[in-house]
Amino acid sequence: MENDLHLGQHISKRFNEELEEVRNLVMKMGGLVEQQVRSGLKALLAADQELAKKIVEEDDAVNALEIQIDETCTQILARRQPAASDLRLMVSIIKTITDLERIGDEAVKLGKNAAKLSDDGKSARQFVELRHLGEHVNETLNKALTAYARLDAETAFEIIKNDKVIDEEFDNISRLLITKMMEDPREIKNALRISWCARALERIGDHTKNICEYILYLVKGEDVRHNTVEEIRNKIAD
Amino acid sequence: MSDLSITEALTSDDIVIEGTVGTTTAEDAKMSMRNVNVFYGDKQAIKNVSLDLARNQVTALIGPSGCGKSTFLRCLNRMNDTIPICRVEGELKLEEQDIYAKKLDPVLLRARVGMVFQKPNPFPKSIYDNVAYGPRIHGLAANRAELDEIVVSSLQKAGLFGEVKDRLDAPGTGLSGGQQQRLCIARTIAVSPEVILMDEPASALDPIATAVIEELIDELKEKYTIAIVTHSMQQAARVSQATAYFHMGHLVEMGKTEQIFTNPTHELTENYITGRFG
Repeated sequence: MENDLHLGQHISKRFNEELEEVRNLVMKMGGLVEQQVRSGLKALLAADQELAKKIVEEDDAVNALEIQIDETCTQILARRQPAASDLRLMVSIIKTITDLERIGDEAVKLGKNAAKLSDDGKSARQFVELRHLGEHVNETLNKALTAYARLDAETAFEIIKNDKVIDEEFDNISRLLITKMMEDPREIKNALRISWCARALERIGDHTKNICEYILYLVKGEDVRHNTVEEIRNKIAD
Repeated sequence: MSDLSITEALTSDDIVIEGTVGTTTAEDAKMSMRNVNVFYGDKQAIKNVSLDLARNQVTALIGPSGCGKSTFLRCLNRMNDTIPICRVEGELKLEEQDIYAKKLDPVLLRARVGMVFQKPNPFPKSIYDNVAYGPRIHGLAANRAELDEIVVSSLQKAGLFGEVKDRLDAPGTGLSGGQQQRLCIARTIAVSPEVILMDEPASALDPIATAVIEELIDELKEKYTIAIVTHSMQQAARVSQATAYFHMGHLVEMGKTEQIFTNPTHELTENYITGRFG
């Protein structure tokens, strides 16, 4: 797949290195964010206070990378004036890291809510559905980042197609939590916290979907935002 | 790969070119070229190229050195007639008129299809006489007042009048490079052409003079149809509405400029505009 875009075949070796460098930074940022989400989920399910604090600390590194990547892209745009696939790479990176940074913010929310639940001596362990949603979102993010590294349009499309499953899981959890709150008003506080976590996971799913749309833009040259699955299928058909 | 020189890399024969991808025809074509072949003696410089120049648009012809883009441009007002070993085949039309028809006077054709060259080439005459030269030989002005009007309006259209209005008698060669190029554009406009061909009109100019010329091209397209050959991809991206990519005498790809520079279809186009090895 990667060879289709020939990212490393510029006459200017330095340009090849610059593109490689910025792609590596994005992968590094993706790795950190993925770690944050994994930790957030673990902290939530295990009521792990220490882990919850660590996520908040890691967010600084993610934010710093966002700034560094933006600066690197600005330099490449100013000095290389990239065109065609190189230009699409720059645009997709600048858009991708915004979503990555927001995924990091959502992971921080998971951590903060985990800490509060833990203060009250609760964990989200009893919510099987939340664990399912968390694992599903985590796996999707991992797949999206791999697709990004491999410029794999097929997997990116699969993820976009499956986003509605995450939305459905979120709706399920919301319904369950409402029932729980109606049954026992003393549970409202914690049920709301679980609900915010579910919402954060659902948002991570949306950001992951956005990243997949940028992968399609980069690889296929088609802007597929705000399109139905069927429209996207037609646009990216070779 | 990296051992190849740039020219070798860009002219590698590995990729087979089969026809042209993209859109070569225009709904409202000012000039239509079909199956054009050009030979210099035994050597074929243009291989079966078909394309339209859309009316009141700027069409950029790009490609590596020796790809045939200038040769093709020069066919459009029969500049190649001056080269004895050059032979042009195919159908080349301005509106519905065959520009290679035997009865057609190439001098009259060149008044309708003007040309601006890479190096500004004002005549060793006054600014006024440079612009007045064409209208005089074509008898476009009945008297001095009419000629004055043509000279002034041509200089205005070329964006030069304000800078030279007090010294129309000064030699054209005394102007700066950018001004000289605009003088040549004024000279071209003075004979009321329909099409203006530009062969790297800004490659000898500094960035500011270049920006002025590019701004002028954008204004000129309201009245004229323009074809421009340029080595600067950024310039092609800035000034043109359609872009044609030539490679070793073939027209590889043609399309809207916005598409060519963001999502070209052919691998050779992509390689060229992104600076990659073929």
